[in-house]
Amino acid sequence: MPSLIDLTLEGRKVGQHRPWPRVVVDASVWIFAASELAHGRWSLLGLWGEPAAVHMAIMDGQTAEIAVVSLDCPDRTFPSVGKHHPPALRLERTINDLFGLSAEGSPDARPWLDHDRWGVRFPLGDRIDALPKAAPYGFLAAEGDGLHQIAVGPVHAGIIEPGHFRFTASGETVVRLEQRLGYVHKGIDGLMTGASLARGVQLAGRTSGDSTVAYAYAFSRAAEAALGLVVPDRAVFLRALLAELERLANHLGDIGAICNDASFALMHAHCGVLRESVLRAAGAAFGHRLMRDIIVPGGVSRDIGAGGAETIQATLDNIRLRFPALVELYDNTASLQDRTVDTGMLKPPLARQYAAGGYVGRASGRSFDARRTLAYPPYDALRFDVPVLSEGDVNARVWIRIREVEQSISLIEQILSRLPEGLTRKEVPLGGEVREGMAIVEGFRGDVLVWLRLRNGLIERCHMRDPSWFQWPLLEAVIENNIVADFPLCNKSFNCSYSGHDL
Amino acid sequence: MRKLLFESVFRQPLTERAPLPDDAAVAELATALGQAARRRLGRSLSIREVDAGSCNGCELEIHALNNAYYDVERFGLRFVASPRHADVLMVTGPVTKNMREALERTYHATPNPKWVVAVGDCARNGGCFAGSYAVVGGVSEVIPVDLHIPGCPPAPTAMLQGLLALLERTDADAVTS
Ligand code: SF4
Repeated sequence: MPSLIDLTLEGRKVGQHRPWPRVVVDASVWIFAASELAHGRWSLLGLWGEPAAVHMAIMDGQTAEIAVVSLDCPDRTFPSVGKHHPPALRLERTINDLFGLSAEGSPDARPWLDHDRWGVRFPLGDRIDALPKAAPYGFLAAEGDGLHQIAVGPVHAGIIEPGHFRFTASGETVVRLEQRLGYVHKGIDGLMTGASLARGVQLAGRTSGDSTVAYAYAFSRAAEAALGLVVPDRAVFLRALLAELERLANHLGDIGAICNDASFALMHAHCGVLRESVLRAAGAAFGHRLMRDIIVPGGVSRDIGAGGAETIQATLDNIRLRFPALVELYDNTASLQDRTVDTGMLKPPLARQYAAGGYVGRASGRSFDARRTLAYPPYDALRFDVPVLSEGDVNARVWIRIREVEQSISLIEQILSRLPEGLTRKEVPLGGEVREGMAIVEGFRGDVLVWLRLRNGLIERCHMRDPSWFQWPLLEAVIENNIVADFPLCNKSFNCSYSGHDL
Repeated sequence: MRKLLFESVFRQPLTERAPLPDDAAVAELATALGQAARRRLGRSLSIREVDAGSCNGCELEIHALNNAYYDVERFGLRFVASPRHADVLMVTGPVTKNMREALERTYHATPNPKWVVAVGDCARNGGCFAGSYAVVGGVSEVIPVDLHIPGCPPAPTAMLQGLLALLERTDADAVTS
């Protein structure tokens, strides 16, 4: 069995691509890589386009080796990866929508982000005028006696992001769910083109509001990889501090919100208080409740404010005091367990196939956590566990969050106690000719990937991949055979990003 | 089992008062808001939130209005599920082209009198997404806006202040007209 290294020997290696290799291959190697993905030997980390090329980031699950494989597409087509490996399908549809490169042999050639409203087709490729009249979207058929459809969204009943769900149900039981996303597509890939790094990181931090730290972190690390820039130690630790505060706030919010969707509002109220306390501490320490615009290429734009460390520590002490009782309440409430146990089951093989990240993957036996598997600093120097369960139900996804709350508290304490003195930011060199970099950072919902190419210090192409790309399709799978009323519960336990996905 | 359940609900520290800071400013603001809403509408103020392309940051802070620190419901401010029940539409995001029609339809489904509050920098003029092929721009490009609350995202207190300003203003208009 060839390893990723062998594969990279097959292609033409690209000079300035860090830290993992990128190789330009021919169609046969491209198809070979797709079949290895299909056999489960490698995982798909990302698939994205350019005006005349496609790229695929893959990882060898055994060795955690990573490589980017590229294929030139002079005739505007490329062999479909999705044909062999379904997780690639939506990414390929997006490549077609944005660049007009079609995936040959794909079983699903429907548009994905393009709703025929942009006034232009292939906005990042050879732009052509939009179709005169928007064609109706072809939802997949589900036929049978007594089946009925329920259409929900894009505007939902709560304070949540827009998307469309098409349920086919038999009585109360969901037979099929089909998602239609793309409503919040803002064209971020397009806005990145030609932007400076300063604007780039600002856009990255606004890709998904709940992961603003994770995105700015991944973007900055990708840019630094490209430029060969090493950031000061203090900044390295402060970045992890920000990332863990973000994880803590989001997990606390999610645990409460999941219980709320099982009509258990008491947990929601208490978890909401704890979440708010984290946001206030972040606001006191860094001047912004969500910690936006603080991580930048070269370091951090703001050091922790006076008294910030004490405020954060006091918040952690309070969570340590209150959280265990909430966990016990969750665990001991039969009516709640009745809703979460065995609901929305994601089988481990499917989580593996989709390389599902975050609590979705870790609740279904997939142990990947970029902080551990890729061990980027400062996590290589910190002590923490990566909780893994294999039940794959809503309950397991709650428990992974609970364990990660505990881990994040411990990580933040370690960081605060070891925070090195010194500079927080380094000058970013303009960086000559062409340079490419990639980074994968563990956000609260999973791994965020950023790949970029700089030319004379400006962004020539930047692609960001949200963990939700590989989680949304799994939500479609887990809801089958559950009742319609359990959808909010399943949905919240996944908490996929709309904006991060739609970009 | 019953006993367990009973115990877990009433055991310490859950029966203690939640660790709320005595945030007098917020309480004052929210009380004033509740009164203004009642003066203006003779009842509570119902808000329908519409994400028209936001990054979701604004939504997180709108959510925070419901947590126990702010607990806006006690002042008669309610987030409702349908535009048909709403007095105010709170709209976020640089309206994306893919959401434009949904926003228009939500607006038309909201009965008069109604107010539109654009929340966040994106909702004013598209923010840092302005100029994209996929974005219309500010909310006022699509539906009339009565008030804009700046911020990226605005903090919950800024939103309470904004809503209060809106009601006081419409109150004043009602008296003078
Ligand atoms: S204003 Fe800021 S927080 Fe609100 S949607 Fe825009 S980028 Fe997100």
